[in-house]
Amino acid sequence: MEMQSTVSDAPTETLRRIWETPSGIYGQLATVDHKTIGKRYLVTAFLFLLIGGLEAGIMRAQLTRPGEHLVTPEVYNQLFSMHGMTMMFWYASPILSGFSNYLWPLMIGARDMAYPRVNALSYWTFLLSGIFLYTSPFLGQSPNDGWFAYAPYSLGLYNAGLNMDFYALGLIFLGISTTVGAINFIGTLINMRCPGLSMSRLPVFMYGTLSASLSIVFALPALTVACTFLFLERRFGMHFFAVEHGGSAMLWQHLFWMFGHPWVYVVVLPAMGMVSDIIPVFSRRPLVGYGFVAGSTIATGVIGFAVWIHHMFATGVPMMAMTVFSGFSFLIAIPSGIAVSAWIATIWTGRPVFKTPMLFSLGFIVVFVIGGVSGVVTAAVPYDWQVSDSYFIVAHIHYVLVGINVFAVMAALYFWLPKITGRLLSERLGRWNFWMMFVGVNIAFFPMHVAGILGMARRVYTYPAGVGLETVNLATTVGAAIFAVGILVFVVNFLWSIRRGALAGPNPWDAATLEWTTSSPPPPYNFAVIPTVGSRDPLWEGRVIGEAPSALALRSTLFSGPVLDHGRQTMTTSAIDAAQPVPQSMPADSPWPLILALAIAATCYGLLFGAWWLVGVGIAGTIVALAGWLWPTALAGTPQSDPVTVGAR
Amino acid sequence: MVWTIATEACLFVYLLFSFVYLGAQQRGPWPPQGPLSLSLALPNTAILLLSSGVYMWGERGIRRGSQTQLRVGLLLTFALGAVFAVIQGIEWHSQSFTAQSDAFGSLFFTITGFHGAHVIVGLLLNAVVQIWAWRGTFTADRHLAVTNAGLYWHFVDIAWLFVFATLYLSPRWM
Ligand code: HEM
Repeated sequence: MEMQSTVSDAPTETLRRIWETPSGIYGQLATVDHKTIGKRYLVTAFLFLLIGGLEAGIMRAQLTRPGEHLVTPEVYNQLFSMHGMTMMFWYASPILSGFSNYLWPLMIGARDMAYPRVNALSYWTFLLSGIFLYTSPFLGQSPNDGWFAYAPYSLGLYNAGLNMDFYALGLIFLGISTTVGAINFIGTLINMRCPGLSMSRLPVFMYGTLSASLSIVFALPALTVACTFLFLERRFGMHFFAVEHGGSAMLWQHLFWMFGHPWVYVVVLPAMGMVSDIIPVFSRRPLVGYGFVAGSTIATGVIGFAVWIHHMFATGVPMMAMTVFSGFSFLIAIPSGIAVSAWIATIWTGRPVFKTPMLFSLGFIVVFVIGGVSGVVTAAVPYDWQVSDSYFIVAHIHYVLVGINVFAVMAALYFWLPKITGRLLSERLGRWNFWMMFVGVNIAFFPMHVAGILGMARRVYTYPAGVGLETVNLATTVGAAIFAVGILVFVVNFLWSIRRGALAGPNPWDAATLEWTTSSPPPPYNFAVIPTVGSRDPLWEGRVIGEAPSALALRSTLFSGPVLDHGRQTMTTSAIDAAQPVPQSMPADSPWPLILALAIAATCYGLLFGAWWLVGVGIAGTIVALAGWLWPTALAGTPQSDPVTVGAR
Repeated sequence: MVWTIATEACLFVYLLFSFVYLGAQQRGPWPPQGPLSLSLALPNTAILLLSSGVYMWGERGIRRGSQTQLRVGLLLTFALGAVFAVIQGIEWHSQSFTAQSDAFGSLFFTITGFHGAHVIVGLLLNAVVQIWAWRGTFTADRHLAVTNAGLYWHFVDIAWLFVFATLYLSPRWM
């Protein structure tokens, strides 16, 4: 039997010694602490948002006036391609992974993710693939064929530089990070929940990430295959997309959108989940229709994927390119309808408190609905013919992505940063932040619809004077500037808060879920004792919440339970109902994930420059790193943790 | 392990989709030089299938506590897998086309190359498990590594059946 204790009597010094990453460079490079990894993910992804924003700013400066010559057409091509790639791949999804990495173990009463070293690998490959991509501007050879890189312009015949090699290798490299991260989330959700935290008690955010992770596991290989083909065709004279040799440019489109369509869910579903968890806290009542929201989140991922594949095999018409986002809008109409109804019902029947996270959540709903409407409009095919490849599409994708992703991320930052830093952000700056971004987004992207209807083509570096495009473009640039200042206000607020912000305490928002039971920031071991959960809102038990006539029943045991202090240990439970707790030994810090990531980076650079000796070094390094990773733990472990499973963790 | 295999299996699905898709788009015959010869590929398929069977036999051994049966099973699996890889190399060299000649050639070498890489990873895993097995690490109720490496090997085997059916057999009927 495990030692039982209460939080106040628990041997926290022992636990700290077991779990703390030693200070110093080695510790920083070898750490597998999910909180450190999560913070790194958040900061890195936010930096990519700023870089992508910088690229957008240059484009807007170029487009402010007709006939401007700030950048050349070729540089403009590189700018929108890098902007699209950076935002879609290195910001939108990784920032959500950052939240998941930091919060999941705290939300499920665990001390780490299922595979801590895989988690470290996921971060290092994310960072290094980003550095790899951003080597390209220094050579003046960034990808220049848009974020979906259609053939034949991507092929060597038309595009001889390293540009599209950066695209192909960079995305394969990032794909490693995304895939191992997704597997880690799935494993964590299935195995690592504390006793009693059944599937029906999880935060909706976790359903969103689960759905995204499943999409990644099944859909991302399509992109890997496409990019491999692209690289082999460009550099080894093979033929997949060139029609002259029996290939087909359509093959690229099929493969890309088999991946690209689910990818939209990947950057959206976890964000919707976060908002579903934030709104109830500020409405002072549990979420209305939890089961429907959670169920429709999973259904969107699964059905959306299946329907899209069916499209691919059945039709094969070259339309998916332009209808992808509108097709997405149609499919997502039902679950998002359910979600929006649930959010409004929650606010309506609650007693809403309008703190900054709530403001961003409301802004999210508004932009979400506008983006949805313009999406349903584009889903009407004749209309689509009229506006496709125009700024109408650019307007639509930005409403969808900025609305559903960026606003949700801002809400989540204001909501969870106090848990991470221990200090609250300023509400006053928060309001400025919100209103500038909200107004900026609408001034920037609403007129873009008009520009599109007037016939302004996307991906063109300038436009002629005197065709009625001056006003809308000026408005867009002004709006973008306001939006950018809004982001800067956030940065200032953050830097101010970590020094001067009011202390947050464990639960500044009086929220209901497990992450708010620990101190802010949490100790290295997260929980002094493993809690036992008996309801969806454990911290609201024993109180009258919302419209409920009586207090919620006391069902959870949060502040006493097993200590598990024999080395790094946490509790694993059964997959659906989180019963049959079994202690599990977890691996300690390790340098191998970083070494492995560096070896993969060497391989990618070697392939890029055709430096075969470097490819050799990279592959040898990969083998050494994998051997080192698996080796030392081979003979350790408890009966539940056999060599290879522990090794893999 | 299960999820790693799932995502790798999808990789093969998209590879084979590409093969079928480009095949359906062709005006002329597919493969351009007529169906691939089965004289090496068919026996090689049998060898790989056999290796999976032998692995299961070895795993059954350790479940009953027999170290010898496990060791023999692993060793034979390794040998059969290596023979498969060598024959596959001969198969590559005996083709009249190259990876650069046309889309069929590119797909053939890329897909079988991907599969070959999986065979090599499977063999490496087998080697690691083998070292543990000869050290006597495993017992009747503690041998998850054996099970996992086995899962991977069976996956490599099943993936080959699909590759074989798509590349070698399907053009004969299409
Ligand atoms: C204030 C913020 C932003 C501004 C001003 C902005 C501006 C632009 C501009 C000017 C283009 C190029 C239009 C063209 O010539 O075709 C563009 C394209 C694009 N943007 Fe943004 N953007 C912003 C934020 C975002 C965010 C947050 C995301 C994603 C999360 C995003 C995703 C994209 C994508 C995917 C494209 C298409 C790239 C391509 O054509 O391949 N943008 N954006």
